[in-house]
Amino acid sequence: VRKEISLALVEGARVGDYVIVHVGYALSLLDVNEAERTLALFAAAGMAPADGATP
Amino acid sequence: VKYVEEFRDGALAGVLAAALAREADPARDYAFMEFCGGHTHAISRYGVADLLPAKVRMVHGPGCPVCVLPIGRIDMAIRLALTRPDVTLASYGDCLRVPASDGLSLLKAKARGADVRMVYSAADVLALARQRPDREVVFFAIGFETTTPPTALVLRQARAEGLANFSVLCNHVLTPAAMAAILDAGQTRLDGFVGPAHVSTVIGSRPYEVFAEVYGKPVVIAGFEPLDVIQAIRMLIRQVNEGRAAVENEFTRAVTRDGNARAQALVSEVLERRASFEWRGLGSIPDSALGIRREFAAWDAEVKFGLGYRPVPDHKACECGAILRGVKSPTECKLFGTVCTPDNPVGSCMVSSEGACAAHYNYGRFRDSVAA
Repeated sequence: VRKEISLALVEGARVGDYVIVHVGYALSLLDVNEAERTLALFAAAGMAPADGATP
Repeated sequence: VKYVEEFRDGALAGVLAAALAREADPARDYAFMEFCGGHTHAISRYGVADLLPAKVRMVHGPGCPVCVLPIGRIDMAIRLALTRPDVTLASYGDCLRVPASDGLSLLKAKARGADVRMVYSAADVLALARQRPDREVVFFAIGFETTTPPTALVLRQARAEGLANFSVLCNHVLTPAAMAAILDAGQTRLDGFVGPAHVSTVIGSRPYEVFAEVYGKPVVIAGFEPLDVIQAIRMLIRQVNEGRAAVENEFTRAVTRDGNARAQALVSEVLERRASFEWRGLGSIPDSALGIRREFAAWDAEVKFGLGYRPVPDHKACECGAILRGVKSPTECKLFGTVCTPDNPVGSCMVSSEGACAAHYNYGRFRDSVAA
């Protein structure tokens, strides 16, 4: 999908960045490191039996 | 799309859901409200509700822009479009289908000859006004803090360009005010909130801190993908189990505590709080919506065309109000799926894919029929 969107509402967006888009406007930059960290947290859910929270 | 598909991974969803089920205390139940219609849609579309233990109940919130817009506000737009042949009225797609007074919607007004246009973005309306100096182009602007900055931006552009044939009928509303109204009403038991994704990219996580600190309710901001939602519910369960109430952020890839400062500054430059605003289902809430500042009055359609607001009651049998307050579920409405369907909606909750009734009709009713 190709779509023209406005970067007027975000600061410092550069070519190659990911952005969160809503009704044609980028609302924030996507932090790639945080995205990877969240995915790693998801993956860890399968390993640790709920950090001792299981009765 | 990168950073979208990964957050929809089915196998990982099963792993997360199993972790969630292990952490849910079998001795108690949990009721969480997903405030935002984007989450309501994700929960229905991806079957997140099916992955949750029976004791974890999700209550749909009022965070669906067209759902909370009262009939009286849509009537204002319809009256303007029908009585002023020089007016071109533009709005977002879902907005055009919401039933209003006299069996009309903006789409039906179009069929009667009004010049009503569907647009994807506020910039489209501005472009339309530039192309058609012979027309009064009015943007019927709706939505929460996500659609508000674009509206403020086009108002500022219109003033800078001296674009005299453009104006905005402003209906922007505020998320924290609605959350407070639901908690203050106290009509439904809630153990916490799944906080909005896109709204929070703009306002940040700070405005929710009052709900943890004053109301004692946990809030976990979540992305719009199914794994985000499951993880956020898991984080809410943990807070409840530990007797904590804090604002936590699952959507760290896009949301900070302070939010988008540029967008916030723009909005406060152009718009200001209205003393009070009527919401469908929630009634009149003080300080819950934005109007256009005096400096921009020449681009304020309410001022320009002398539009007044007249409250109109909802359809008698429609339960949208109670559903928006989290008091009833769609299937508790007599009209659901019989008289009221997405093709022929009676109430606003059946119009938008983010509405609780439309989401349940499109995805959830199959589950009901299996259970029955």
